[in-house]
Amino acid sequence: MYRLQNVRKAYGGRTVLDIDHLHIQAGEVFAVVGPSGAGKSTLLRLLNFLEPSTAGRIEFDGQPVNDNHLPLALRRQVTTVFQRPVLLNTSVESNVAYGLRLRGERGDGRVRELLRLVGLNELAKAPARRLSGGEAQRVALARALAIEPRVLLLDEPTANLDPYNVGLIESIVADVNRRRGTTVVLVTHNVFQARRLAHRAALLLEGRVVEVAAADDFFERPQDPRTAAFVRGEMVY
Amino acid sequence: MQAIQLVAGGDLALYTIVRLSLQVTGVSLLLSTLLGIPAGAWLGLNRFCGRRLVIALLYTGMGFPPVVVGLFVYLLLSRSGPLGGLGWLFTPRAMVVSQLIIAFPLVTGFTMAAVMAVDPELRPQVLSLGATARQATWAILREARVGVAASVVAGFGSIISEVGSVMMVGGNIEGRTRVLTTAIVLETAKGDFDLAIALGIVLLALAFLANLLAVLLQGGLRVPTAECA
Repeated sequence: MYRLQNVRKAYGGRTVLDIDHLHIQAGEVFAVVGPSGAGKSTLLRLLNFLEPSTAGRIEFDGQPVNDNHLPLALRRQVTTVFQRPVLLNTSVESNVAYGLRLRGERGDGRVRELLRLVGLNELAKAPARRLSGGEAQRVALARALAIEPRVLLLDEPTANLDPYNVGLIESIVADVNRRRGTTVVLVTHNVFQARRLAHRAALLLEGRVVEVAAADDFFERPQDPRTAAFVRGEMVY
Repeated sequence: MQAIQLVAGGDLALYTIVRLSLQVTGVSLLLSTLLGIPAGAWLGLNRFCGRRLVIALLYTGMGFPPVVVGLFVYLLLSRSGPLGGLGWLFTPRAMVVSQLIIAFPLVTGFTMAAVMAVDPELRPQVLSLGATARQATWAILREARVGVAASVVAGFGSIISEVGSVMMVGGNIEGRTRVLTTAIVLETAKGDFDLAIALGIVLLALAFLANLLAVLLQGGLRVPTAECA
């Protein structure tokens, strides 16, 4: 689905991401773990074509992504659920339908179905700005799923949420991956969450990929001592 | 008492004055809105070299004394001025020009402030949902709608009640360039307080209606609030 080669991203001369090689397969749940400031969110912004890379080559679905000039139809196959969702100042259902409206579609049935899925059908007409953090994140997940993306990027989607919301969001993500084959890239500092969801995982440290492996190997038999320390919950810097 | 009869009775002279006021202010406001909202949105969303200077000029424009604008437009449109050939001086067109210069910075400045107050994280999030650059800008403007509506109302308030520049470039000619504010000045000077008060009532009513409309727009036209129930 994605192929990154020698990708570097710098802000004002400071390199925050420097990836020699990274391959994300179609249909997998790929977890990127690492401490804060490791470049995880930057990686997602590149994967969502929100920013161009400073150097290197990113391929999406076999097509090179250069200077953000990707055809709109291709760009619209990827979406992100952000750590802090910003909802539009309208009703809950209108927020969920937003991505469809952008594409000139209506899909009322799909919106209702998604509201049921995230347990918010009773709040469909409620103003989105009055929701709790967990409810707002569920709306953000529903509006992302409404456009039926081929790739779902999750940027710390359950940080600061209570166990009920964490469980609900994780089960929906796992289900969408299993049933629709949606490729999921999950960025998290929560090793347990990565372990629950991922097929493969990578450790990102100071902008560099330390280790990529199948989930079992990554968590049970890590090759790199820094990965071992991170999955054991010890700080690595 | 007589003032209220004048308002209620639909006095022809009064009617002509009110109509011209609304026409001149309406056209100026329409033009400042069409130019000012895109300009304000652009300034609020883009970072470029010289932006601070532009904003400082804009803020100065928001506080322009109308008489100075009047003087400037007068010189511009007077027979020996650069645009004297248009023959617009002492016509409603000259009044529209000066009111446009007064209202445009207000609409632009308040729109810019409203756009800048929108969460900067909104743009990447709507882009991520598949918005084009244009759709993302529209989403931000929609989120800023309360402030954008306020910018238009501020523009309206500044020019419907403005007297200095329309007096100078319009000339307060009866039936042609006499508007509410200039008529009040004249009638007060003449000692015809009834007509002056009648004109004042109309002016206040217009300002109130504009603000009421803005408040209703802010509430998304859901008039009955919890406090009323």
